[in-house]
Amino acid sequence: MNTNSYFALKKSLKKSKPPTENATHARKSWKKRNPHLSFSKTILFLTILLLFIPLFVIIIYSFNSSKGSDFTGISLIWYKKLLFGSGDLWSALWNSLIIAFTSAVVSTILGTLASIGINWYRFRGRSFIQTISFLPMVLPEVIIGVSMLIFFSGIKMPLGLFTIFAAHTTFCLPFVLLMVSSRIDEFDFSIIEAAHDLGATESQTMRKIVIPAIMPGIMSGFMMSVTMSLEDFVITFFVSGPGSTTLPLYVYSMIRFGVSPVINALSFVMIIATCLIAFTLRKGLKSFAGNR
Amino acid sequence: MNEEIKQPEKPPAANQRTRLNTFNPGPLYAWPMGIWFIIFFLAPLLIIIIYSFMKKGLYGGVEPVFSLNAYSQMLNPKYGILVIRTLKISLISTVITILLATPCGYAMARSKHQTLLLFLIIIPFWTNSLIRIFAWMSILNNDGIVNQLLRKAGFIKDHLQLLYTQGAVILVSVYMYLPYAILPIFTSIDRFDFSLLEAARDLGATKAQSMYKVLIPGIKSGLVTAIIFTFIPIFGAYTVPLLVGGKDSYMLGNIIVDQVNKTRNWPLAAAFSMVITVISTIGVMLVLISNKNEAALNKTSTKEDNYVSDKTSSGAAK
Repeated sequence: MNTNSYFALKKSLKKSKPPTENATHARKSWKKRNPHLSFSKTILFLTILLLFIPLFVIIIYSFNSSKGSDFTGISLIWYKKLLFGSGDLWSALWNSLIIAFTSAVVSTILGTLASIGINWYRFRGRSFIQTISFLPMVLPEVIIGVSMLIFFSGIKMPLGLFTIFAAHTTFCLPFVLLMVSSRIDEFDFSIIEAAHDLGATESQTMRKIVIPAIMPGIMSGFMMSVTMSLEDFVITFFVSGPGSTTLPLYVYSMIRFGVSPVINALSFVMIIATCLIAFTLRKGLKSFAGNR
Repeated sequence: MNEEIKQPEKPPAANQRTRLNTFNPGPLYAWPMGIWFIIFFLAPLLIIIIYSFMKKGLYGGVEPVFSLNAYSQMLNPKYGILVIRTLKISLISTVITILLATPCGYAMARSKHQTLLLFLIIIPFWTNSLIRIFAWMSILNNDGIVNQLLRKAGFIKDHLQLLYTQGAVILVSVYMYLPYAILPIFTSIDRFDFSLLEAARDLGATKAQSMYKVLIPGIKSGLVTAIIFTFIPIFGAYTVPLLVGGKDSYMLGNIIVDQVNKTRNWPLAAAFSMVITVISTIGVMLVLISNKNEAALNKTSTKEDNYVSDKTSSGAAK
């Protein structure tokens, strides 16, 4: 009863004195600045929570002193084991780094050149190249892996580091092409014409004008390739041979055969590495999202 | 990806006329990559197509004899169930992913902290996929956190079978591909003209109506991209059903790998790969078409804008 009358009073007060236009505007703009928790924001918050929960669980477990899933105390024993007790890990990491670097270099060079060619010139086969450079991005990895395995065994090429390198270059190329293309899109072609008019040769124009101008795109393409190559499991799983274990393959065998908390420690190290890479690329994040 | 699709819509580069008689270095730049793709992408795909029409070799490989054996094997009802199950799992996961990703993209596009949010979305996305799957395995297993919490709360005595079920496959698939869906949706909402929504509200639409009739059609290409980038990888998934799925979640990707590595029936694996490739290609075509339509739409609208502004400026001149 009491509360009811209170609300009635409040209502009548409101009615008798409508807020001025200025007040409404002010409230609206305040609301715009500090919007209350909306449906979409709640979902976003929960989604980000969902995305991070597994990572946090792994990180917490990596400091667990016992082997089971009960948390018994903080210790660094698994990190010690990771550092000193796993020789295979280091050779796998080394293989991964070699492949990531070589395939990123090759795909960056090929992708950058192709991006220049496709974006600035019209020629026979241009749309063909565009189409086949688009497909590896959308086909499921299993298909690319199986087809490459069958192809390599068909031409009797022994599986090993080279086949992994070839496969990784193939699936990194489309992303380099995209990264560089988005940069080239903003580039004014008349600058090149000016350079030609002023007597620069094709290679001079390339070296002194084009490459420096699209360097950010090239760099983010390169970093993308390195990340994707370090990350890939499915395709590598098919085209790897004996002695060419990469880091994801090593992680896979750890998960499948004998789970040890060392993998938690390794995961934390890899999550930190991912954060560092994402942080160095933070300026390009938006263009990355746009290109997806 | 959008960049690439936008390209053909642009009028030919301005240089085309001026440089007609000079040397055109375009092919020289583009063909090295083209040749790489022909060797390492197109040739393997062609071999898959050829192998699917051949007879199975005794110890793996194929015999170079034309046969439709692989395709008739595929008609076996046990594979039919597999295809339907794969479709079911990937459809359910895609729907959940899109339903979650759309509000996320909306909230991100309207937020002031876009870079931070992108950062938060991209870190799990770039973390090694096996590690993310492994994390879910340790959350869902019989001694995992979920079961421990439920046990402590007194809901269950022993444990719930959470891991190695279809539900686990769907949950982890949604988890894995959420960023794939959020990113294109975020980009297209970010480009969306929000004054259109205000106009709709001013003209009397409810909030839900304005979302459904104005925003959703406006971001169609982003949505389609998100659906394709979620559905196709889940449709061809291999690791997730292998590691968190049980017998009832054996999917097309798994059968392809088993046919390649264990049973060594390469023609059958090739035929299954063909099925996935054809379905994926159809999906990609849908993306291309929807993007093309949108680009065409944008073009006409800018033309109209120019027309209007020309008219008004000439009117002002008079």
